[in-house]
Amino acid sequence: MAPFKSDDNATAGSPTADGTGNRRGGRRKAARYVVPVTVVGVAAATIGLVPAFAGSGDPDLPKITAQELIEKIAASDVQQLSGTVKISTDLGLPDLSGLEGSLGAGGGADGDEGSAADPSAKLPELASGTHTLRVAADGPDKQKLSLLDEASEYSLIHNGDDVWAYDSGSNEVYHATGAEADMQDGAEDGAKRGEEGGADGKSGVVPEDVPATPGELTEEALKAVDDTTSVTVDGTMQVAGRDAYKLLIEPKQAGSTVGAISVAVDAETGLPLKFTLTPASGGAAVVDAGFTKVDFSAPSAATFDFTPPEGAKVTEADDLEAQAAEERDAGQLPESDEELAAGLEDLGDLEGLKVIGEGWSSIAAFDTGGEGLSAAPSGDGDLGGLLNSFGDEVSGKFGAGTVFSTRLVNVLITDDGKAYAGAVTKEALVKAANADR
Amino acid sequence: MSRAERAQSTGQRTDQRTDQRTDQRTDQRTGEQAGRRTGPADGTYARTPSPLWTFGLLRSELVTTFRRWRTLALLAVLAAVPVLVGVAVKIETSDGSAVGGDGEGPAFIAQITNNGLFLVLTALAATLPFFLPMAVGVIAGDAIAGEANAGTLRYLLVAPAGRARLLIVKGATTIVFCLVATVVVAVSALVVGALLFPLGEVTTISGTRIGLAEGLARALLIALVVAASLIGLAALGLFVSTLTNSGIAAMATTVGLLITVQILDQIPQLDALRPYFFPHYWLSFADLLRDPVHWDDLLRNLGLQGVYAAVFGSAAWARFTTRDVTV
Repeated sequence: MAPFKSDDNATAGSPTADGTGNRRGGRRKAARYVVPVTVVGVAAATIGLVPAFAGSGDPDLPKITAQELIEKIAASDVQQLSGTVKISTDLGLPDLSGLEGSLGAGGGADGDEGSAADPSAKLPELASGTHTLRVAADGPDKQKLSLLDEASEYSLIHNGDDVWAYDSGSNEVYHATGAEADMQDGAEDGAKRGEEGGADGKSGVVPEDVPATPGELTEEALKAVDDTTSVTVDGTMQVAGRDAYKLLIEPKQAGSTVGAISVAVDAETGLPLKFTLTPASGGAAVVDAGFTKVDFSAPSAATFDFTPPEGAKVTEADDLEAQAAEERDAGQLPESDEELAAGLEDLGDLEGLKVIGEGWSSIAAFDTGGEGLSAAPSGDGDLGGLLNSFGDEVSGKFGAGTVFSTRLVNVLITDDGKAYAGAVTKEALVKAANADR
Repeated sequence: MSRAERAQSTGQRTDQRTDQRTDQRTDQRTGEQAGRRTGPADGTYARTPSPLWTFGLLRSELVTTFRRWRTLALLAVLAAVPVLVGVAVKIETSDGSAVGGDGEGPAFIAQITNNGLFLVLTALAATLPFFLPMAVGVIAGDAIAGEANAGTLRYLLVAPAGRARLLIVKGATTIVFCLVATVVVAVSALVVGALLFPLGEVTTISGTRIGLAEGLARALLIALVVAASLIGLAALGLFVSTLTNSGIAAMATTVGLLITVQILDQIPQLDALRPYFFPHYWLSFADLLRDPVHWDDLLRNLGLQGVYAAVFGSAAWARFTTRDVTV
């Protein structure tokens, strides 16, 4: 931009110029603002168009049947990889993360029970919002899973006999060794990924694995595949710069809230690279987890080395268990965390649980053993009122009840204390409740 | 600043400028001024000043800016923040207890007691949301409007600086201030950290370890990234500064915009817009301390600052080169 030219234009617009000059100057003045507007336009176009172009070129891959593709996933044996996974979950639940955090902080202030680095406290965070994870694996003995937060990171490192968890935000370390480390494979599965069917993490310390990576999510989805499901190969796509087949899993039955599950499977290694679960009601995906970067070469050995930093608070899993057992004996503290974490799986142990229907539209029915929520006198508990405000009142042949909805799972609790839960629509729940009478 | 003081400093400034510019002017543009005023309409001139003139102008501008009491006071406040944080952490942990154990407080505060280098990061994380951008907003907002307010803008334009060139020099001075302000915070924090706490191997937030030398190199890189994070705001402030003749109004508007955008950046309902707010990726500098470095947000931050600089820089140019300078 030549400075003198601009000065000249300024002169042309000045009062000394004649009328014609004024008008021309005015136009020239306006013309200058074209520059910033153009810059905005170019920036917007770049932001808008580059991803569109990047995603447009579907790779040309040899045809493959759905059966072959599923076998390819099962046969996949990726031992070494490092990559970045982005996971977004939108269950349509109210965002209670802040509340949870403040409650947790309050609990922590009481004493030194628990640890911020305890995996059972950290991993359930993945259930809502968008998170960036880093995974690295080198054989069955070395895995690392890091949860990237703003200005802090939570790392879970499995190296041989040791399992370390490090929370940089609070500078706390959690450590488990030997036999215990094996039990934690559930949580470690995140990093393990390539391994088929890792050990069942049934430890009380670490919650049953929270599926975080496309591989684990796919495994769960394929478990549900039976004759009520249609599985097709739906073309190809590019994920993290790699060519992939798209596997589409759709429930055939009506009444399910699951619209479709689409899995991008790496054409070369058979590793699931992206997992998307869309609800039948449409809208944004409920779960969307995919690699944004992936590299199949061996990560550097230093990645899996961990020495607790000086001054960090180290919690040993043994101590924690002993402490928890002590507290349990004393009857001081219900294991609220663990109970919550065990979540739906605990439902399987409930007395009187039965499953209505099959496949995707199966509904779990059980007796809560108590009075229904609405049965509680309204003035009695604020909690009941609060819960009711989240739910919808429904009634049918079974009586009356309340339906609590998320975008994926609906739960009907009747006034006489029966509960029906499933990934099905409200109508299907009511129908099941009616039929159950 | 009292009125008398301001009048005095304005007087000094004008003198200083006039002195320096007179020196350079004598050999570079003798008798050209009159020709310029009534210059040929096609915009050609017999002579253009040498490029060195720009550096002379920049030097004079830098000296004027950094000699100002206001600037020195801002830098002193910034240098005091790490001292406060360091002393507070030292006192609180003198009985052996940990600080920020629940992940509260500014980022990295829990690690300070074990490694003084983390005070640099804590200080930058603590000043980046407000102190640093406020200082930049003051300098950027004052750049053009302050001159107009003090009546010195006319003199500057009478010299053959050229409006675009003057704007570039003002912008460059503001960016130099971004860097100096950040370095002041970082150096002050490093000195306090080294005095009060041990220095040693650095544990990255991914849990791996790097040597002290690499830790220092990363801290330097972080300071540069933080300085670069302020460029978008500097350009915005410069644009606001060309809109008004009141320096105070420009500063207040810039700092007000900063606060407004930061509040908007906290609203989840604006999720679609938030990535385009200039402070959105500010804390991404911490990604330099991951192992391996997580570049995605860092690059997004730098790109965003570049876009803001281009948009508001060119808007400032469009405004400043076409406006009537009457004061």
